[in-house]
Amino acid sequence: MSLFSIKGMHAGYGARNVLHGIDLDVEERQIQVVLGANGAGKTTLLRAISGTIAREGTILFDGARIDRLSARKIVAAGVAHVPQGRGTFADLTVDENIRLGAYLRTGAEARQDRERWLTFFPRLRERLSQQAGSLSGGEQQMLAITRALMLRPRLLLLDEPSLGLAPIITQGLFKTLAAIREETGMTMLIVEQSANLALDVADSGVVLESGEIVLRDSAQNLAGNDEVRRIYLGYE
Amino acid sequence: MNLFASQIIDGLADGAIYASLALALVFSYRSTGIVNFAQGEMAMLSAYLVWQLMAWGMPLVPAALVSIVISFIAGALLYATIVKPLSHASLLTVVSVLIGLYLALNSLAGFLWTYTIKALPSLFPKAHLQFGSFTVSAETVGIIAVVGIVLLLLYLLFETTKVGLAMRGAASTPDSAILVGVSVPVMLLIGWGIAAALGALSGILVAPRVFLNPTMMFGVIIYAFAAATLGGFDSVVGAVVGGLLVGVVENLVGTYIPWIGPDLKIIVALVLIFGTLLIKPDGLFGRKKVVRL
Ligand SMILES: Nc1ncnc2c1ncn2[C@@H]1O[C@H](COP(=O)(O)OP(=O)(O)OP(=O)(O)O)[C@@H](O)[C@H]1O
Ligand SMILES: [Mg+2]
Repeated sequence: MSLFSIKGMHAGYGARNVLHGIDLDVEERQIQVVLGANGAGKTTLLRAISGTIAREGTILFDGARIDRLSARKIVAAGVAHVPQGRGTFADLTVDENIRLGAYLRTGAEARQDRERWLTFFPRLRERLSQQAGSLSGGEQQMLAITRALMLRPRLLLLDEPSLGLAPIITQGLFKTLAAIREETGMTMLIVEQSANLALDVADSGVVLESGEIVLRDSAQNLAGNDEVRRIYLGYE
Repeated sequence: MNLFASQIIDGLADGAIYASLALALVFSYRSTGIVNFAQGEMAMLSAYLVWQLMAWGMPLVPAALVSIVISFIAGALLYATIVKPLSHASLLTVVSVLIGLYLALNSLAGFLWTYTIKALPSLFPKAHLQFGSFTVSAETVGIIAVVGIVLLLLYLLFETTKVGLAMRGAASTPDSAILVGVSVPVMLLIGWGIAAALGALSGILVAPRVFLNPTMMFGVIIYAFAAATLGGFDSVVGAVVGGLLVGVVENLVGTYIPWIGPDLKIIVALVLIFGTLLIKPDGLFGRKKVVRL
């Protein structure tokens, strides 16, 4: 059985429906990518999963329904969401951001994790007492991910982690994510527009178009798919 | 020289009172972006509550503590019943409601306790302390010490505890706070509670100096606004430094500029408010919001 499974999910903003019946499964330890053009509904999908907007349909996580839970309860259930545009606490220091990530956990465990994630993101260690708002874009992304990891989530939702990052940094970031998955077995659902780098580390992917999933396949096949290559990988 | 020194010390005591009310304003502003115009009137009611509890036979210090706790609850209730439901309303609506609350609380005090002044005893003995060549009243020292201890406790709360960190996170970026599992409404509720408790402290400290009456906080709230504006409305450190500065300046001006004297001292506050807004609108410690996307 999949760790995570969505059936017939609808979601939107007020009267405006954006997602029209999404079915999606993510297997444990997998990295799944969601591709799609601007406005396709990728961010809306992640928000619906993490409970930050209203949604309808069934969401099963580890065998239990989470579609009726509040955003806080979903976090507590083990689903961490790194929102588009990072959403760090700009007024707080890097260290405080990381500590807040462990808000729902007890001290000793969290301290160990902090050390572990800082070895993945050594740049953050040098900036622990700096205000998060003054970090570079790439550093803020690392911080947002570290903060989410501090929850020790079983499912990590990442919304365009490459946004605003140089390709070389994005590449490093995806390598790190792959390494974290290897080490911890964490399941990840990654929304991306720079598809080639994401497909490199992913196992499978779906293509979202106007709020519907129009294609689902292994990462390898998607990277070879002509349509995907044309639209998302920039090959003519 | 001694006059000058004692004016400074007295100014610091007044300033400590302004600082605690200014901090109350800053706490509610930082957590919800709302300036609580009724903060002074709430503090006035807190001071009356002490008087009432004493009239019912409770000694001063327990009465003050009970009043501070009840004020905390009242501040939390104000958030839950008025501020939170209005969180999507326009700023004008919220401001109107709070000004309405100001008037309502003011009338309530007049209705319950009449407009004739009452005396609230000071928390401190009438004694004077001798430091080398000059003397300070125990009240002056006591006010500075009490506010100092409260500030220290607040510092420890916000800088060393998990709840304090969560409160700062909820105030700074509520959307992210939800995503780490913080209950933002609960944190803001505590923030408004602390604001009301600080206000109560300022009311209880100032009442013995100005006598209890429904308009007793008018002068104090103006100075607290001046302090918060001078320090920067979103800065905790700013509110404290601003409060102390305003207290000292007010005392010096009242003493050394003869034509101002005690009655016109309120002008000092207005000059400070307008001066800050003209020259440095974010105040001495306020930060321009840096948003990096
Ligand atoms: N807060 C909102 N209120 C109303 N409509 C919204 C809101 N956020 C997004 N939308 C609309 O929902 C649709 C899907 O938006 P969404 O942000 O999910 O797209 P996306 O796939 O993440 O795009 P991008 O790649 O640009 O981030 C868009 O048409 C957008 O206009
Ligand atoms: Mg998006």
